[in-house]
Amino acid sequence: MAVRTTQLLRLAWRESRTARRRLLLYMSSISLGVGALVAIDSFASNTQRSVREQARALLGGDISLTTRLPNYPKPVIYALDSLNHEGVKLAQVSTFGSMALVERTGNTRFSQVRAVTELYPLYGEITTSPANQWSRLQQGRYALVDPSLLVALDARVGDTLTLGFARFIIIGTLVNVPGDVAVTSAIGPRIYIPERYLAETSLLAFGSRVEHETVLKLTPQLPPQRFIFRFKSRLEEAQVRYRTAAQTEFNLTEAIDQLRDFLGVIGLVALLLGGIGVASGVNAFVMRKIDTVAILRCLGATSGQVLTIYLLQAAAMGLIGAAAGALLGVVLQLALPNVLADFLPVDVSVSVEPTAVGMGLLVGLWVALVFALRPLVALRNVSPLQTLRRESDAEALRGAKFDPVRVLIALGIVLSIVGLGVARAENPREGLGFSVAIALAIALLFAAASAMSALARRVVRPRWPFVLRQGVASLYRPGNQTRAVVLALGFGVFLMSTVYQVQRNLLRTVSVKVDASRANVVFFDVQDDQGAPLDSLIRAEGYAVVQRTPLVPMKIASINGVSSANIVGDTTRGQRRRAGWAMRREFRSTFRNEIVPSERVVAGKFHTGGTPASTLPAVSVDKGVADDLKLAIGDTIVWDVQGVRVPTRVTSFREVNWTRFEPNFFVVFERRAIEDAPKQFVLLADVRGPNAVARLQRDVVTHFPNVSSLDLTLIQQTVSRVLDRVTAAIRFLAGLSLALGVPVLFSAVSATRRERLREGVLLKVLGATRRQVGRIMLSEYLLLGALGSIVGIVLSIGGAWALMHFVFKQPFVPAVVPALGVALAMIGVSVSIGLLTGRDVFRETPMAALREA
Amino acid sequence: MLEARQLTKEYQSGDHRIAVLRDVSFAIPEGAFVAIVGPSGSGKTTLLGLLAGLDLPTTGSVLIAGDDLGKLSEDRRAQLRGAKVGFVFQSFQLIPTLTALENVQVPLELRGDDGAPARARELLARVGLGDRAHHFPNQLSGGEQQRVAIARAFSNSPRLLFADEPTGNLDSETGARIVELLETLNRESGTTIVLVTHDLQLARRAQRIIRLADGAVVSDAPSAPAGDRASGPVATSAALEG
Repeated sequence: MAVRTTQLLRLAWRESRTARRRLLLYMSSISLGVGALVAIDSFASNTQRSVREQARALLGGDISLTTRLPNYPKPVIYALDSLNHEGVKLAQVSTFGSMALVERTGNTRFSQVRAVTELYPLYGEITTSPANQWSRLQQGRYALVDPSLLVALDARVGDTLTLGFARFIIIGTLVNVPGDVAVTSAIGPRIYIPERYLAETSLLAFGSRVEHETVLKLTPQLPPQRFIFRFKSRLEEAQVRYRTAAQTEFNLTEAIDQLRDFLGVIGLVALLLGGIGVASGVNAFVMRKIDTVAILRCLGATSGQVLTIYLLQAAAMGLIGAAAGALLGVVLQLALPNVLADFLPVDVSVSVEPTAVGMGLLVGLWVALVFALRPLVALRNVSPLQTLRRESDAEALRGAKFDPVRVLIALGIVLSIVGLGVARAENPREGLGFSVAIALAIALLFAAASAMSALARRVVRPRWPFVLRQGVASLYRPGNQTRAVVLALGFGVFLMSTVYQVQRNLLRTVSVKVDASRANVVFFDVQDDQGAPLDSLIRAEGYAVVQRTPLVPMKIASINGVSSANIVGDTTRGQRRRAGWAMRREFRSTFRNEIVPSERVVAGKFHTGGTPASTLPAVSVDKGVADDLKLAIGDTIVWDVQGVRVPTRVTSFREVNWTRFEPNFFVVFERRAIEDAPKQFVLLADVRGPNAVARLQRDVVTHFPNVSSLDLTLIQQTVSRVLDRVTAAIRFLAGLSLALGVPVLFSAVSATRRERLREGVLLKVLGATRRQVGRIMLSEYLLLGALGSIVGIVLSIGGAWALMHFVFKQPFVPAVVPALGVALAMIGVSVSIGLLTGRDVFRETPMAALREA
Repeated sequence: MLEARQLTKEYQSGDHRIAVLRDVSFAIPEGAFVAIVGPSGSGKTTLLGLLAGLDLPTTGSVLIAGDDLGKLSEDRRAQLRGAKVGFVFQSFQLIPTLTALENVQVPLELRGDDGAPARARELLARVGLGDRAHHFPNQLSGGEQQRVAIARAFSNSPRLLFADEPTGNLDSETGARIVELLETLNRESGTTIVLVTHDLQLARRAQRIIRLADGAVVSDAPSAPAGDRASGPVATSAALEG
């Protein structure tokens, strides 16, 4: 009679009676990892589905045409007119920045103005407060604004808003605009006005930056692809950019994919740590089962049957652990949209994603089993002889020196890790890179732990107090869990500390930048004839003008005699081709004969003026742009400055520190070249005193309505607020990393419970007081905790340095205080868990404990 | 039924080789009740391990019902045990997470026997524990646990039963009753019983006594009734008992 699986199942179930809770605890190490993965994948699926559903509303139409030219070129206008006859609906929105002034309070603020035509938006709905105000917008000189603007201006609905030379009544605030990412409203609050009053504002003067967008609702006879086919050449010639809803959808889903990949890394790491916890716990479980296995072998069980019984137990508990994780993931998925709402352009509708849940379950179960197998296979080595004469646990489980099954399982674990990494990554190389990085971190932690164990053995001195010696001895005694504990602790510390280090360094860079500028207010869009008067006004109010920088808009007409059109059209040069974007863009350049602190000459010699009028004037070009344009020192560039050709010669390249908050330029001309060209100005002023900035801004707007200004301290505050939100998200992740370590730590620590119990009880029998026993345990866990934390922190400093150096390209300074904080927290966790699992030593009498053990 | 042929067992200890058993040979016919005695350190536990197929000898061979254990794989030996051999241990060796009934069923379930519960109940009743079927080992006294172990040992109708110090953890009265049970079962079922013990009194209940000292058989003779102090090897062993 061959044994049926059902019978083995029954035996497995019955035999597991007392061990179920403990086994479940070990298996729950993977729950967090599974939960994280399920949450992330579900959320990504939800969001992508929402993007697909709302793509057209996000874009505002089936197709969007945008240009930064002051007007559409005529061919495009004719084309758009003809479309009207074909039933295509059009709406337009012109977006630009401007100061908004509320007369009642006198407050001003730089805002994002959107002038819209009647049919806007063609898809989706803009909701307001009070409700239904959007339909009123076109009926008069009305404005709808972001609620944050009212706060900033201390205004209310019903107040009069001044934009340039026009006035509008605020009829409500914006509640929801499809496609807008809420967090950007903190930077530039939006104001919607009817398009037909745009001219009245007189804000679109020379040199203003404006984006005109036309959105189209196409007909079935003219789907997006056909539209593009028909108009593509005309649009490209006119430098009008076009986007379809499908492209928007594609771009967004790609972005979401990347977010998911990034977050998924955390989930995977959690899962792997969980696997280590499982291995640790099952190891302890196995040692308790040696006696039973020996009996079963005596009674006729083959090693295969024995393995099956315990594998079934592990699988059942693993399934429950994974299921618990999946449930956790579904709950988390409900919370994620709220946490990330401000950063998303869509309203995410939450629903359970069966694929994500299923995958999470499968992956979790697989990881649990593959890590559990490692200690379980040792049960094959248990000889029935153990029933007659019981050896130590380690001896009983020992197998042949070279066991192919163990090697296979180790290989299986490695392949699983790599496989998971590759499967979730964008491309195999990335996946492999991730796996290698994780493997490296784990290997380093392992090596450090082993080294410390060996060191501990050597370092111990007889004259040390007994308590300390015992604690140190626990690091290298047979069956010690030093490696697993250090790994669990170390990894958690590594993750948390790296996150904090990077965050600190990034924040440091930002705040340093803003402090470095002496000026705290910048005025821009200052017209040529307003430059001097504005300067005087500022000085008259008693403030210093730190800088008055001229700004001349221009384009490249030709390089070395070859026209820009020919250069762009030349497809033969391949790699040596001059970058199209640089050839076509509008440059805003300045003129001066001296270099400024934020620049550094890296080639050639910066012009200092005094060159004879017969020679070509000099220009200095930013190194990055020079590389894109494939320029060499000595090249000639002819510029198109408002229709006038200005020939120049390239005499130097500069490296510009773009992160400094000052006007910086790609191209700097020798003064005489464009001194008389039509220009704008940017003024930097140093304005001190309570409310001084607001007052000055108000005065400037009153005299020069088209001049915009930014309060730099306000910007810094806004940036900090945005960074705070990011920090909160990061802290959440860091907390998660800490939480990851806990169940793993628990498994690892409780694995040695029996040994410690026996030892502690023996000590009590030999005369140790409870305090002494307690102090020994304390010293053991203090050492373990300190070890894990130190290794983790050292690793994190390395990791953070690498991130800052290679990814963010910023300098790195180790942040000591957060590192210490994390270390102390982890040591605390380690000690608590140790004392918690060991409390039986205190509770029971030696006799009871000995009998139980 | 059971045959030992020139069994030796040696262990490596450091750079010496220690011989625990030296050239042990004997044959036990079917249905016999044999005791193997010797002081601690005489090698009787090691011998038991070899006879039951739990371990392999350094040289020599063991045959159970004609099968040479040395020629079988570990798993085949396990299956042989499940089919033909029963065990009773000094420390009972019941699986603590199973009830008395479930413990008795294990050998039957390992062989895929569908009638396991019925047979187990029958056996428990036979050893007088029919009403304790659903108790766990820690709810039973020592004597009761040993009776469950005996019921388990007989569950697959073994042809050979090994008992290793079955009364070692029991008081004398309970121990006596256990041995009575073994004797009864031996008579009723014809199972060959090999009893390993250091207790000469107990050994005399068997039909034949094989004495071990320092890893070798020093005597192999039918057992004399209790209290009979004959001379010769028996007397020497008795003196060794101390």
